[in-house]
Amino acid sequence: MKDKILNIAPNARFLEAQFLTVCLPKETFHDTALQLRHDKELQFDFLVCMTGMDWGETLGVMYHLRSTKSGREINIRVETSNRINPELPTVSDIWATANLNEREVFGMLGIRFINHPDMRQLFLRNDWVGYPLRKDYNADPDINPIRLESESNEDAALTLEMTETGEIQEKENVIFEDDEYVVNIGPQHPATHGVLRFRVALEGEIVKKVDINCGYIHRGIEKLCESMTYPQTLAMTDRLDYLSAHMNRHALCMCIEEAMGIEVPERAKYIRTIMDELTRIASHLLFWSTFCMDFGALSAFFYGFRDREKILDMFEETSGGRLIQNYNCIGGVMADIHPNLISRIKEFVKYMPKKLKEYHEVFTGNIIAEQRMKNIGVLSLDDAISHGVTGPAGRASGWSCDVRKLHPYGVYDKVDFKEILYDKGDTFDRYMVRMDEIIESLHILEQLTDNIPAGDYAVKTKPIIKLPEGQYYKSVEAARGEFGVFIESHGDKNPYRVKFRSPGLTLVSVVDLLASHNKIADLIAIGASLDYVVPDIDR
Amino acid sequence: MKYEDFKDNEYLEQLRANGTDIIVGCLDDLINWGRSNSVWPLTFATSCCGIEFMSVGAARYDFARFGFEVARASPRQADVIIVAGTIVHKMAPVLKRLYDQMAEPKYVIAMGGCAISGGPFKNSYHVVKGVNQILPVDVYVPGCPPRPESLLYGMMQLQRKIKVEKFLGGVNKQEDKPNLNEY
Amino acid sequence: MFDFAVVTHWVDETLGNILPDSWVTTTEFVLVGISLLIAYAVMALGLIYAERKVCAYFQCRLGPNRVGPFGMVQTITDMIKMLIKEIIEINHTDRFLFNLAPYIVIIASLLAFSCIPFAKGLEILDFNVGIFFLIAVSSIGIVGILLAGWASNNKYSLIGAMRSGAQMISYELSIGLSILTMVVLTGSMQLSTIVESQADGWFIFKGHIPAFIAFVIYLIAGTAETNRGPFDLPEAESELTAGYHTEYSGMHFGFFYVAEFVNMFIVASVATTLFWGGWMPLHIPGWEFFNMVMDYIPPILWFFGKSAIMVFIIMWFKWTFPRLRIDQLLTLEWKYLLPINLCNLFLMVFVVVFKLHF
Repeated sequence: MKDKILNIAPNARFLEAQFLTVCLPKETFHDTALQLRHDKELQFDFLVCMTGMDWGETLGVMYHLRSTKSGREINIRVETSNRINPELPTVSDIWATANLNEREVFGMLGIRFINHPDMRQLFLRNDWVGYPLRKDYNADPDINPIRLESESNEDAALTLEMTETGEIQEKENVIFEDDEYVVNIGPQHPATHGVLRFRVALEGEIVKKVDINCGYIHRGIEKLCESMTYPQTLAMTDRLDYLSAHMNRHALCMCIEEAMGIEVPERAKYIRTIMDELTRIASHLLFWSTFCMDFGALSAFFYGFRDREKILDMFEETSGGRLIQNYNCIGGVMADIHPNLISRIKEFVKYMPKKLKEYHEVFTGNIIAEQRMKNIGVLSLDDAISHGVTGPAGRASGWSCDVRKLHPYGVYDKVDFKEILYDKGDTFDRYMVRMDEIIESLHILEQLTDNIPAGDYAVKTKPIIKLPEGQYYKSVEAARGEFGVFIESHGDKNPYRVKFRSPGLTLVSVVDLLASHNKIADLIAIGASLDYVVPDIDR
Repeated sequence: MKYEDFKDNEYLEQLRANGTDIIVGCLDDLINWGRSNSVWPLTFATSCCGIEFMSVGAARYDFARFGFEVARASPRQADVIIVAGTIVHKMAPVLKRLYDQMAEPKYVIAMGGCAISGGPFKNSYHVVKGVNQILPVDVYVPGCPPRPESLLYGMMQLQRKIKVEKFLGGVNKQEDKPNLNEY
Repeated sequence: MFDFAVVTHWVDETLGNILPDSWVTTTEFVLVGISLLIAYAVMALGLIYAERKVCAYFQCRLGPNRVGPFGMVQTITDMIKMLIKEIIEINHTDRFLFNLAPYIVIIASLLAFSCIPFAKGLEILDFNVGIFFLIAVSSIGIVGILLAGWASNNKYSLIGAMRSGAQMISYELSIGLSILTMVVLTGSMQLSTIVESQADGWFIFKGHIPAFIAFVIYLIAGTAETNRGPFDLPEAESELTAGYHTEYSGMHFGFFYVAEFVNMFIVASVATTLFWGGWMPLHIPGWEFFNMVMDYIPPILWFFGKSAIMVFIIMWFKWTFPRLRIDQLLTLEWKYLLPINLCNLFLMVFVVVFKLHF
C-alpha cells in the first residue's frame, strides 16, 4: 500500500502506528485526497473520523480513511505551522461528511478550510472568544461569560475561496435569501429529540432547505477528557449517547485496553456483549416509541416504554443504574452479573417477539403510516457512504457497515447473527432495519445466555494508568452507528487528545439532503427515522 | 419513605408562620388546591434526564395520576419547566426566553446533577454551572439521572410548595436576582 | 315516556303567575342561558376526564387518580388553575383579533351545542331548519381558528391555521353531504322531527346501506372537523408545537381546549340524532315485552349512552392512528370521501323514491 500511496504522493512521509499513518503536505493534500478516493485499488471512500489536533508547534487534522471495498484503513496527517491564521484545504467536496466536521474543527481549533462553502461556528456561539481545543485556550469565565441575550441569526456564511491564481479570497455565501419564509424548528421542539435547531425555508408545506444549528448541548467532553485520568474519562462516554451508554463505554474501554495490551477475561467479554445487545434493544424500543409519537400515534409511545422498562430492570439489578449504567471498566466489568439476569433475559427473549408482532399490528401495517414512510427521504448508497451514515440508517441503504461483522469485538465472532440489510434507503427501510435488529439481538442473547464461561469478570488494573505513546482508534457498533474512540497519548496519565467519532453528527448531516422538497411532516418523520441523539452530536 | 418524613419540610412551614385571614385563607386553599393538582410540564429536555422524564410520563410511573398529565409543547400553556439535562452557554439564552414565555404562576424544577450544578461537566468551558444562575429554581432533584421515583417525589414537593402559596396578598418567593458573578 | 316539556311549561306558568310578560321572557332567557352554560361546562369537564381515563386505558396507565375518587375532580382543579393563570399580552400581535379568536371558537361551539335534542322536550333551539343552523354555526369556529393563527404573528400558528382552513373547508363538504343524505330520508331538517320519526326504528337500520355509508363518512369527516387525531394537523404537536394556539395562554387557551372536547361531543350527538335514533329507545317490531322494558330507560340515558359510544369511537381513533400528512388528508377527502358521498346521496334518493327503505 505504501508504494501505491508514494505513486500518488511522492512527498509523503510514513509513520507506523495502529494504522499506517501518512503525513501529507497541505499544499497538495486536496489533490492527493481526490486520488486516494478515486484510485481503483485503494478507493478510500469512507472518511471515518476527522480529528482536529493541536500538536503544540503545529495545528492539524487527522483523517481516518477506510475503503468499503477492501476494508483497508489509513490515517492521514496534515498540519500547518501557522498558528495565527491556520488554513488547510477542504475535503468536503470529496467526502460530504467532512462538511460538518470541518466546521467543528474550525470552531474548536480555528483552522479555516479553503473552499469550504460554509465556515460558521458549529457548536459554539458566534461571538465565542478563543478556540477551546487548543492547548493554550484561556478558560477564564470572564472572557466568555454566560450571555443571556439571544444569538443573532446568520443568513450568510463566510467562506474562503481559492482563485485560479492561488490567491485566497473571502466571500459571503448566502444561506437564506431575504424573501424566504424561514421557520425555526428547535431548540425546544418536541420532535427534534433534544435541543437541536433546524432553520427551515418553507414554500407552503414544502421544505426547501434545512440549515442545521448544533451546539445547544455542547458540553466540551473532549476537552474535559484531556484533564482527566483514563478511568475518569469513562464516565463521560455514558453521557454522550445515553441510549447506547454501554456500547460507548465499551469502545473507550477497548481502546484503552488495546493500548495497554490487556487481555480481557472471557467472562467479561460475554457479559459486555450481552449488555451491548440489551442496550441495543432498549435503544431501538425507544426509537420505536418516539418514532411513532412523531407520527402522531401516541399510544405506541407507551407500549415501547412499557417493554423497555423490563430491560432497564435487568440493568438495574446488575449494575445499579437504569439509563446510565457505569458498568464497563478498564479490564472488564465493575461487578459480576446478578444471579437473576440470565433467567430474566430468557423470559424476555420469549416475551419480546409477541410484543414485536403487536408493534407491527399497531403501527407498521397501518395504511397511513405506511404511506408516510415509503419512498420518503431516500438515501442512496453513495450518499450514505459519502456522508458516513453508518448504523441502521446506512444499512437501510444497503451499506454493509456493521462493525460487529467487520471487526468483531467482544464475542461477536462466536455468535451467529445476520446483518440486516435493506436496499431502498427510505424512511420505511430505516424503520424496518431497527425492528429486525431487535429480533437479531434477541437471537444473539439466546445464544449467549447459556454459555457464559466461569472465571474472573475483570482483571485488576492500577488506578493510575499510563498509556504508551501513540495513537489508538477503536470502534464499536452502537445503536445508531459506528461509535469510535480516537486517543492520542503522550505517555501521561491523562490523554493528550480524545476524539469521539459520533454517529449522530453524520446522521444529522443528511437531514438537508433527505428533507428538501418533502413536506414539513416528512422532515419530522425523516428526523425520527434517522434517530439521532443530540448530546451525541454535540459532545 | 414514611409519610411523616415526607411532610417534614421546614421551609414550607415558615411561609405560613404568621397565619392568615380565614376567608382569604380558604379561598387561597381552594386556588392552591387547584394549582397544585394541575401542574402541566413543558416538554423540555436537553439530555439524559429527558429520557427519565419521559419514563415518568410513560406507562410504569405515569405522572398523570397526580395531575401532571398534559405535557404542553408550547411554553405559554405550561406551568412548570423541568430543566432535564445540562444547560450550556449557547442554550442559556434560549432557556431564559422559554422561562420568560411561560405564564404566571410558573415553577422550575432542576432535574439532575447537570441542572443543579453542572454535574460531571462542571469544569467544562461551555457548561452553565447550575441552572439557578439563570432561573429561580423551586425544587432540586439530584441524581445522574434521577430515578423516576425521585422526580415524582420532587414534583410532589413542588405540589406541597404550591399549597402554601398566597394568591391573595403576601409574598411567595423571596426571589434572588440571579447573580452571574457569584460563580 | 317522560316529556321534559312538562317541566319547561311549569316553569313558564309559575313565572307567568308572578311576573309581567316581558319579564317572564327575560327571566327565561337568562335561565336558559345559565343552564346552557352550566351544561356546557359540565360536559366539557366530564369529557376531558373521560378522555384522560380512556387514553390511560389504551396506554396501559391508570390516568388521574389522586384528586377525588378515581381522580374525578381532576378536571375541576385544571379549570381552577386555568381560570387564574396569567393571560400574556404579546407584542406585535393584532391584539383585538388575537383576543377575539377564542371567543369566536367557543361561541360557535356553544351555539351548536344548544341545538342538540338531549331528550324529549329537552332542547333549546328547535326550529324547522335546525340541522342546517347547526352546520352553519359550527363552521363559524374555523373563522376563530384562522384569526388565532393570523393574529398570533407566529409562523407555527400561521401554518397551523392554514392547514386548519384547508382541512375544515374540505371536510365540511363531506359532513354537509352525509347529513343531506339523511335529510333526504327524513324529509325534515327539524331535529325533533328527525328524532321522532325514528320511533319505529333508527335510521341506520331504516336506511340500511346508504345510511350506513353516510354514517361512516360522517364519523370520519366529523373527526376531521374537530381537529382531533388522526386529523390533528392544525395543532400537530410533533410538527408545530401547538399549532394555531401556540401563543395562547391561560383561559384563552382553555377556550380552545374546551371547545375541542365539546365539538367532539357535538359531532357524536349529531351522529346519534341522525343515525342512531337520538333519545329514542331501541324498539324491535314484534318484541312487545322487550320494547316495554326499553321504554323504562329514560330517554336522556339513551341519548347520553349512544353519544358516549360515539365519543369513545372518536377517542379510539385518536389514540390508535398515526397522524395524516396534509396531502393524504386532502386526497382522502377530495378523491375518496366526496365522490363516494355524491354516489351515496344518489343511492339514497333512489332508495327513497322507490321506497326501498324500511
